[in-house]
Amino acid sequence: MALKDYPVDECLLQGNASCPGCPATIGLRLVLKALGKKTIMVVPACCTAVIESLYPHTSFDIPVMNIAFEAAAAGASGVEAALRQQGRTDITVAAWAGDGGTYDIGIQALSGALERRTNFIYICYNNQIYSNTGIQRSGATPYAAWTTTTVSGKNEFRKEMGEIILAHHIPYAAQTCISYPEDVISKITKAKNIPGPKYIEILAPCPPGWRFSMDKTVEMGRLAVDSGAWSLWECENDVMTFNGKSKLILEKKIPPKPVEEWIKYQGRFSHLFKPQRDEERLKAIQKYIDDLWERYRKCYLKP
Amino acid sequence: MKKYPVETSLSYPKKGAMGKTGSWRVFKPILDKKKCVKCLRCWIFCPEGSIHREKDDSVSIDYDYCKGCGVCANECNVKAIIMEREGEKKK
Repeated sequence: MALKDYPVDECLLQGNASCPGCPATIGLRLVLKALGKKTIMVVPACCTAVIESLYPHTSFDIPVMNIAFEAAAAGASGVEAALRQQGRTDITVAAWAGDGGTYDIGIQALSGALERRTNFIYICYNNQIYSNTGIQRSGATPYAAWTTTTVSGKNEFRKEMGEIILAHHIPYAAQTCISYPEDVISKITKAKNIPGPKYIEILAPCPPGWRFSMDKTVEMGRLAVDSGAWSLWECENDVMTFNGKSKLILEKKIPPKPVEEWIKYQGRFSHLFKPQRDEERLKAIQKYIDDLWERYRKCYLKP
Repeated sequence: MKKYPVETSLSYPKKGAMGKTGSWRVFKPILDKKKCVKCLRCWIFCPEGSIHREKDDSVSIDYDYCKGCGVCANECNVKAIIMEREGEKKK
């Protein structure tokens, strides 16, 4: 499908409360184009709870249920059970949570829903911080990144949520990025047509949180994939496939860009460059990514 | 619009739930229709959905709600959209 084949209808209305250049609204527009109007969305505390705007109005043109931070997947399980009881099979249930609500706070509800084989799509938009509460560190924050709770840079590396999900052996799991609309829409459409639990994670570069200019949102996502800091893959019935540039990087057909290309535009890494270059931590970031890809090659590259 | 008889706080969809967000704008995107090649990249990437797509795939910008982030200008491959400061005119 080319861009011109995508539906013109918008389920996310204009005049919402998102920041200018918000990646979550780019993601929401793409996801809702793929899912269509027959969707019920479950949203825990995250930026999207703010994007919905103020009572008594909402900017979502589909039913949305707001729920506590840790309960996105549990709430979606309840909605799905109610629909099943009513015999409504034409409605998609989607949970849409941030990385805080997925990696840290919501992981037990998510793991439970995946284990119960709930028929829903769990979408995590990962901006690598708790941005709604004012940029705190989360389990997805990369090493050495500044947040308001890690003022001199985070000391730990991020966890690989995708691989935690793969351990549940669900029918479909994927990782994608808002900078690749075709990739996002094809993965969401595919997930919509598969019964059982589905997990999709979307990288969402956040201008205020990552401290870059708001017109660079899409470019940052692209650089993250080009540098290997983020990867595009899908796993259907335990068969792992890498997509797009990530496939070429995995097969060593193109070398990934140095990770410095990605982090030098982000203010959250600026303490690595001034007053003087912090070679030790820059090397540690690059080594982490190189090791990650080496491990991907060992695990998923078919000979 | 259908109202539901539920005893909980229930919001109803409305365009411009936060008012005319175009007033947030500092830089304004200006579209040059002659340069536009109708690739629709600005339309798909606009975080706000403020770039309207017409039937012939040409685009127009809705200044009532455009927040002026500049993603469209940054993503336009043919530089058909440029950003200029509100109230100023570039030659």
